[in-house]
Amino acid sequence: MTSAPTTLPPDAKAGGRAGRAPAGGPRPGRVRRPGRLRRTALPYLLLLPALLLELLIHLVPMVMGIVMSFRQLTQFFIRDWSRAPWTGFDNYRLAVDVNRPVGEALLGSFLTTCLFTLLSVGLCWLLGTAAAVFMQETFRGRGFLRALFLVPYALPVYAAVITWAFMFQRDNGMVNHLLHDQLGLGGAEHTFWLLGDNSFWALLTVSVWKGWPFAFLIVMAALQNVPRDLYEAAALDGAGIWQQIRRITLPSVGAVNQVLILVLFLWTFNDFNTPFVLFGKSAPEAADLISIHIYQSSFVTWNFGTGSAMSVLLLLFLLLVTAGYLFFTTRGRKDADAR
Amino acid sequence: MRRTRAAAAAAVAVSLLSAATACGGGSTGAEGGSNTAPKELTYWASNQGPDITADQATLGPELKKFEEQTGIKVKLEVVPWSDLLNRILAATASGQGPDVLNIGNTWSSSLQATGALLPWTAKNFDAIGGRDRFVESAIGSAGAAGQDPAAVPLYSMSYALYYNKKVFQEAGIEKPPATWDEMVTIGRKLSKDGRWALGAEGSNLSNNIHQAFVLSKQHGAEFFDAAGKPTFDTAANVDAVKQYVDLMAKDKIIAPGNAEYDKNQSLQDFSNGKTAMVLWQNAASTFKAHGMKEGDWGVAPVPVPAGGAPGSGKNTNSMVAGINLAVFKNTDNTDGALKFVKFMTSDEEQKILNRTYGSIPPVKAAQTDPAFATDDLTVLRNTLSTSAAPLPQVPEESQFETAVGTAVKELFADAAAGRPVTAESVKAKLTKAQQQMSS
Repeated sequence: MTSAPTTLPPDAKAGGRAGRAPAGGPRPGRVRRPGRLRRTALPYLLLLPALLLELLIHLVPMVMGIVMSFRQLTQFFIRDWSRAPWTGFDNYRLAVDVNRPVGEALLGSFLTTCLFTLLSVGLCWLLGTAAAVFMQETFRGRGFLRALFLVPYALPVYAAVITWAFMFQRDNGMVNHLLHDQLGLGGAEHTFWLLGDNSFWALLTVSVWKGWPFAFLIVMAALQNVPRDLYEAAALDGAGIWQQIRRITLPSVGAVNQVLILVLFLWTFNDFNTPFVLFGKSAPEAADLISIHIYQSSFVTWNFGTGSAMSVLLLLFLLLVTAGYLFFTTRGRKDADAR
Repeated sequence: MRRTRAAAAAAVAVSLLSAATACGGGSTGAEGGSNTAPKELTYWASNQGPDITADQATLGPELKKFEEQTGIKVKLEVVPWSDLLNRILAATASGQGPDVLNIGNTWSSSLQATGALLPWTAKNFDAIGGRDRFVESAIGSAGAAGQDPAAVPLYSMSYALYYNKKVFQEAGIEKPPATWDEMVTIGRKLSKDGRWALGAEGSNLSNNIHQAFVLSKQHGAEFFDAAGKPTFDTAANVDAVKQYVDLMAKDKIIAPGNAEYDKNQSLQDFSNGKTAMVLWQNAASTFKAHGMKEGDWGVAPVPVPAGGAPGSGKNTNSMVAGINLAVFKNTDNTDGALKFVKFMTSDEEQKILNRTYGSIPPVKAAQTDPAFATDDLTVLRNTLSTSAAPLPQVPEESQFETAVGTAVKELFADAAAGRPVTAESVKAKLTKAQQQMSS
């Protein structure tokens, strides 16, 4: 984008169409100003359609959501929510008051989501990176394996997750059949995977299965740009495979990893489809992710005001984490550049 | 440069995050109805048959008939149950909905409170042949008491105890249990060798509510007081919910695996002979779809407390189940919509549709048709007319289903995992549900 103005023909810069420049045309002694203005304005003009669309599609509903969070918006007012009574910060107080059931449940759900996100993103990244490094070597069947790895990413989420839901069923599911009946693990009594504490692990399994191919794809793409002679030189110097990964591979894909982890974090933290398809509109307490929790507060119990307040709190939290993450990672990169 | 990057990062972050708050819109919508599009109607039908195609095949010819009679073309959309309430909410918020739609009758009061549905005033009822054509209990589940109903009953259903005749015969049991004590005694005899006495749908919130509601009535309790305030955790309600969960936890006549059922798996188990009984509403067509033949199952009233016979008060043994037909207030074709409701609730159509769906016509004149005098339907019809009560008709009904339904689901999960289900643990769950409602 920044190179766009310099590609303008010289006469356009100086004044060929200067009469159409803003600020009333050229003034004596400052003939170059319209061109400069045009050069500064052009990128913004080009951005304008996207900005307008962004405004319409994202910002307007967001502002509406924020306004709703200050109202007592229940079924009595959903037809015309502008008539819902203004309640100030009541919805927020309700959401953060951990001594009452709503706040207590929200905090529980938030902590569950944090732990879930940490584990899921960590495992996705680890698996994706390991597979990408492994795939750098050429061997027979590499193309097939590469395509196979991407299957979870290509499948429609609903179909994939509902298949998992069937597999996790206690009495007829494949998971228990394999663990208990075939391998004899965990005793004769079948385990519940979609109820109680185990539901967390069931959810995590599906999330990692669904998420790691994306990490694999991105890291693999980044690795394509690492010159092979770096490895050859390192090997000549006697570096082993671990040293090569630590000293060459990981630093080379560092910038990509920063974006990858951020995106995985946001997707996982907000993931709605996986728990919804797996557990329906009321997830077990151990797997009550915040997106489902907010959905339930808004659309199942019809407290849209409280649901909006929770959404805004979630947004603020994610903005804070994202800003902090970007701040630290870019600073890290700048330090590296300085060295 | 640094500022540009920060701005870009912020823009990216905002666009990634905005999904979190991008919920719902609002619309002032047009008030009242009009007749600006008199030649067309959109109809959202709930999924009543085995699948959506079956519903289209059933309703298609009837809608054609209506078009021939009136010249009004009806655009049909069959909506799965899991989507229906959300679709109605979205339509209510945006003002962009169908002209006529099906609603679950338990949602009537909640949807009535939104003000999006056409109230069934005396004048509107006159346009479809009068209010007294309908069974009163069905009208009772079409909106809050003291207000004009928000909908008109279309299909009625009630709960019954279905039992597998062959399994009963093999176990030497002659007749189905009429009381809960008998249910437990017979249930213990039946629950052995990998077979279980009773099926349940422990993760299905609505079903949990239906069972809890009936038992609560039998314990002389209510989930809402006269002023509409929740009274979930009264001693009698705790007893009622505990009695239901104890069928798995203490009496051990429901298989622990049923705790995770929510897709009618218990009906499949019943059809395979894995469970001997289920408490269900109008299940005949599902049993047939699973390969059972008419006569393989028997139907009896849902058990009541010992010493009682099905009747009013403590012997309530079903909720008034069913589907209602509502008209969106901001329809472009009020007259056409009323004509369509009149057509769908006419004696003739009531017989055709209820016969196909295995439900009972809420229209008195159609109910007397011999087609509804089978053994199954006689039990269901008697229940509806003598011992069924509508679920609480309060605006918070939808929240109640979720809050208490979830409490029962969690208690079943405890029972299945072998954790104790005590009066205290039941009370704690119901208190939490009540506090969630009150906040």
